[in-house]
Amino acid sequence: MKYVMFICTPVDGEELSPEEIADDPRFTSYIDHVRAGGMVKGGARLRPAADATTVRVQGDEVLLSDGPFAESKEYIAGFDIIEVADLDEAIALASRHPAALGGGSVEVRPIWE
Amino acid sequence: MSGAEEVEKDRGADGVEEAVGAAFREEWGQVVATLIRVTGDWDLAEECAQDAFAQALDRWRRDGVPRRPGAWLTTTARNRAMDVTRRRAVGAAKLREAAMLARDGGPGGPRDPDSDDDSGVTDDRLRLIFTCCHPALPVEARVALTLRTLAGLTTPEIAHAFLVPEATMAQRLVRAKRKIRHAGIPYRVPPAHLLPERTTGVLGVLYLLFNEGYAASSGADLIRTDLCAEAVRLARVLARLMPDEPEVLGLLALLLLHDARRGTRVDAAGELVTLEDQDRTAWDRAEIDEGATLLETALRRGRPGPYQIQAAVAACHTTAATAQDTDWADIAGLYAELERRVPSAVVRLNRAVAVGMAESPEAGLALVADLEESGELADYHLLPATRADLLRRTGRLEEAAESYGQALELVENDAERRFLYRRLAECRPG
Repeated sequence: MKYVMFICTPVDGEELSPEEIADDPRFTSYIDHVRAGGMVKGGARLRPAADATTVRVQGDEVLLSDGPFAESKEYIAGFDIIEVADLDEAIALASRHPAALGGGSVEVRPIWE
Repeated sequence: MSGAEEVEKDRGADGVEEAVGAAFREEWGQVVATLIRVTGDWDLAEECAQDAFAQALDRWRRDGVPRRPGAWLTTTARNRAMDVTRRRAVGAAKLREAAMLARDGGPGGPRDPDSDDDSGVTDDRLRLIFTCCHPALPVEARVALTLRTLAGLTTPEIAHAFLVPEATMAQRLVRAKRKIRHAGIPYRVPPAHLLPERTTGVLGVLYLLFNEGYAASSGADLIRTDLCAEAVRLARVLARLMPDEPEVLGLLALLLLHDARRGTRVDAAGELVTLEDQDRTAWDRAEIDEGATLLETALRRGRPGPYQIQAAVAACHTTAATAQDTDWADIAGLYAELERRVPSAVVRLNRAVAVGMAESPEAGLALVADLEESGELADYHLLPATRADLLRRTGRLEEAAESYGQALELVENDAERRFLYRRLAECRPG
C-alpha cells in the first residue's frame, strides 16, 4: 500500500535546513534505514510555514492570506510518499522518524487508490 | 431479522434451537473470523455468518445437529459468500476471486470442512482479536468491534451496553471497519517483535469490557452485566489460544476472581456493599478456585506482569475467610510492585488504601496527601472518598464528613452516591 507521511514539527521548534539535516546523525540514520529498505517513493522538505500563502476564492475574488491554512501547534515541514505492505509497516517507519522522536509527530495517511 | 437475532429470540424452545443457541455462543466468532480471512470483507463475513445460523435452524431440525456444528456453519457461510461473490462478479478478476474462494486457495487458505484439523480456525480467531484491538483504532471502536465480531452481540445490544444511541454505535462500527480496509490494518496475529505490546492492548480491551459491565452491576441492567460474561468468555478463548502467555492467564484469573464477587456487590435494594461487608459465603467458589489455580500456573512461568499482580491482589481478598483475615501487608506489597511497573495515580491510590489498612490510617493519609499534592486525580471522586474513609477509621469524623462532601460533588454513579451519603450521615450523628 502507498501512504503519505506528513512530517509535523512544533511551531516554535528548530528549523533545520536541508544541509543541516544532511549532517544530523538523527536524520542520517533514519535516511539510511529508509534507503536500505527502498520504501520511500518520493517526498519533499518544505520551506517553513511562514513562507506559505493560502488561496481561497469567494465569488470571483481570489483571497490570499499569509501563512498556513490553519493555525495550529504544529505545521507540516515535509512529506514522504512510501510504499509498504500495511499500516503496521508504515507505523514502524513513522515511529523511527526524527520528527516523531523529537516532540513533533508524523501523520500517516493512505493514498486514495 | 438477522440469523443472530433469531437465534437469540427463539433459544430454548426445543433441542435444535438450544443447539443453535449454544453453537452461536461457541462458534460465532470463529465463523466470522474465518470468513473475514477468506473474503477479506468484514460486512460480507457477518452477513454470511448470520445467514448460516438462520439456515442451521431449518436444516438441523430436518437433518439433525451435525457432529461438528462449527465446521458445518463455516462451510455453509463460505458457500453463501461464494454465491454472493459470484452474483457480484463483474469481469474476469471477480470470477477469479470467486474461483479462489471455491478452491480454498493458497497458504493460510480455509481448511477442508470435512477434515478434523481445527488449527486454521484458532488462528483465525486470534487474527480477529488482534485486528479488532489494533491500536490505530479508537478504543471505543476496539471494544465495539470485538463485541460485534467475536461475541456476536447485535449493534442495538452494544449501543445499549455502552449507553449510546444505536445510530452512534452503528456509525462507530462502520467507521472502524472502513479504517481497517482503507488504512491497511493487516488481518493477522502480529509478528513476534510487536506481539508483547499488542497482546497488552488486547488484554486492556477485555479488561475495559469487563469493568464496563462490573461498574454497572446493579442487577437491573442485564445487558450491561452480560459484558462481564462476554469478557470472561473472550478471555477464556484467548487463554486457550495463547496458553504460554502468563499475562493472558493473569487477566483471565483477575476477571474470574472479580466476577466471583459480582453478585454480592449490591444488596437486594440495589445498594452498594463494600468488600468488607460482602457476604463471603455467597462468593462463587468455583470461580475463585479456577482463578487461583490459573494465577499459580501463570506465576510459575516466572514472568510476572500487571495483570498477574492485580490477580494476586484479588486472590488475597477472595481467599481471606473474613474481612479481618485479609493480608493487607501482602496487598500493600503487591501494589508497590504494581506501581513500579505501572506508575499511575490510580495504582498509588490503591496502595494508599492498602497501607492505610496494613500499617495505620495515618500512613494511608500521608500517601493520599502526596497524591493530592501532585494534582492528579483532581476530578476523581475516589480520592476524597478514600481520604474520608481513612479519616473515619481514625475517628476524625468532622474532617471525614467534609471529605465525603467533596466526593459527593464528583461522584457520577447513583449507587455510589447513595453509599457516600450513608457514610456522611454516619459521620454526623444526631
